[in-house]
Amino acid sequence: MKLKGRAWKYGDNVDTDVIIPARYLNTSDPKELSEHVLEDLDPDFRERMKKGDIIVAGENFGCGSSREHAPLAIKASGVSCVIAKSFARIFYRNAINIGLPILESREAVEFVKDGDILEIELEKGVIRNLSRGEEYRFASFPDFVMNILRAGGLVEYTRRRLRGEDI
Amino acid sequence: MGLTAAEKIIAEKSGKEVVHPGDIVQAKVDLVLINDVTAPLAIMKFRELGINRVWDERRIAIVLDHFTPNKDIKSAEQCKFAREFAREMNILHFFEGGSVGIEHCLLPEKGLVAPGDLVIGADSHTCTYGALGAFATGVGSTDAGMAMATGDIWLRVPETMKFIYTGNLQPWVTGKDLILHTIGDIGVNGALYRVMEFSGETIAQLSMAERMTMCNMAIEAGAKTGMMDVDEKTMEYVKKRVKKEFRVYRSDEDANYVDSREYNVEKIEPLVAFPHLPENVVPVSRAAKMNIAVDQVFIGSCTNGRIEDLRMAAEILEGRKVAERLRLIIIPCSPGVYRDALKEGLIEIFLDAGAVIGPPTCGPCLGGHMGVLAKGERAVSTTNRNFVGRMGYPESEVYLANPYVAAASAVMGRIASPEEVMR
Ligand code: SF4
Repeated sequence: MKLKGRAWKYGDNVDTDVIIPARYLNTSDPKELSEHVLEDLDPDFRERMKKGDIIVAGENFGCGSSREHAPLAIKASGVSCVIAKSFARIFYRNAINIGLPILESREAVEFVKDGDILEIELEKGVIRNLSRGEEYRFASFPDFVMNILRAGGLVEYTRRRLRGEDI
Repeated sequence: MGLTAAEKIIAEKSGKEVVHPGDIVQAKVDLVLINDVTAPLAIMKFRELGINRVWDERRIAIVLDHFTPNKDIKSAEQCKFAREFAREMNILHFFEGGSVGIEHCLLPEKGLVAPGDLVIGADSHTCTYGALGAFATGVGSTDAGMAMATGDIWLRVPETMKFIYTGNLQPWVTGKDLILHTIGDIGVNGALYRVMEFSGETIAQLSMAERMTMCNMAIEAGAKTGMMDVDEKTMEYVKKRVKKEFRVYRSDEDANYVDSREYNVEKIEPLVAFPHLPENVVPVSRAAKMNIAVDQVFIGSCTNGRIEDLRMAAEILEGRKVAERLRLIIIPCSPGVYRDALKEGLIEIFLDAGAVIGPPTCGPCLGGHMGVLAKGERAVSTTNRNFVGRMGYPESEVYLANPYVAAASAVMGRIASPEEVMR
């Protein structure tokens, strides 16, 4: 799986409240949620981002509540992937489960500047910074996590497993 | 290189010889837990699979404990939804009404968790069962919904941090204070993704209840779970309750720990975690001098609502009265604990002191019902979280403490040390 987009860079401890504020939690509709993604952190983001763009952040991305709405809002906005130094635990799980790739790479977070164009090969564990001609690595996902991501999330993945389909 | 108990359990459940931190595996689960808040979404996700059978109706626990007895129409609907699913699927361990207790107290008490088990729960405090030598962790609703269909879950093998406690506990110091001290030391993200392994001679002295209190709050340091060694006390506890066979896993001497910390507990006094993070700990002697008036005291929850906790509270409250204009709410965590408290005369002590006794429920712990705080009100609570608005109005305050300190504060009407009352 190849992903490509512009990097949007943020700091440490981006919590689930700024990813999707609690005041919008009266819906689980991903499209509606996505309209408010990162609204309290970067009001411009939703307006200016394009499909495929990539969020790059520091430590402990997704900390706070265990709401599945947070990764849902990010994914539905068209963001193709989040790169951070570290992720809060339940956010990490929830993201993979709904089919949003999230990568841990200290190297990338250190060198990527806001606005750089990145290209990622998930299977190979490579992030290419096309704007700077640099390359960073991340531990590539084991096969079955890759399969969850390819299926678009854990529900579809499980459905295929139960049907005995090749995944 | 040796392995930790957590690594051994995960290896066993994923059919591997060894696993290493960072590996991602597909592991079999022994029990899946959902509650009235998380069940509806988990069930909806399960339904999306289009199947009409759960993986094993004997290994799913549905506990309607958060907003029960149904506090409003919405919670009644949620419970109804979960109840209908439980009936349709013939779920064996379905608890509500007079059989319900707070999930993390109830499941160990009913013998549904054994050492060596891998348990997942759509509730962050599922980590409590690490006190029994199980690997137990909180997950999202999608995870739980899928595990109800497949009986397994994907897991990233966590690193393990070791915490060694030595020395004898000072008067009025409990497991709650040890975990508050630890969180105060490493911070609310100090154990992110990791297992906190609690060990040392002091842990061996703790009751099972106090051990569960400590593992319960591992999540408050960001951990995947907290775990303890299985010793004679653990075996005595589980042998009375667990009906199935189980295997005990222990960490090897040369197991790999990412970090190791040692605490001499003789220097630790009862602690109070000030708003709005569990890491904001202050020794009770200092907190008591600050003259912090209290409107409500809550003794209960999956952290400190067990019989041992109620005994601590009774020790302070016996023959005393709750301060004027202060509400003391005491909630035994399960019907079994309620019954024991009655038999031991604790309920009478509490009633004489002027306490309100609630039915087993999470209730006030999450600001649900049965003791929600108004704007500007202040509570001392034996629970695990003091986040903004956790027990009610966003501008209310929660101070976390052990049952002795909570009871002493109820008598004095301000944050107080047990010593002030028991002199
Ligand atoms: S008592 Fe509180 S912390 Fe424990 S399960 Fe209930 S709401 Fe959660």
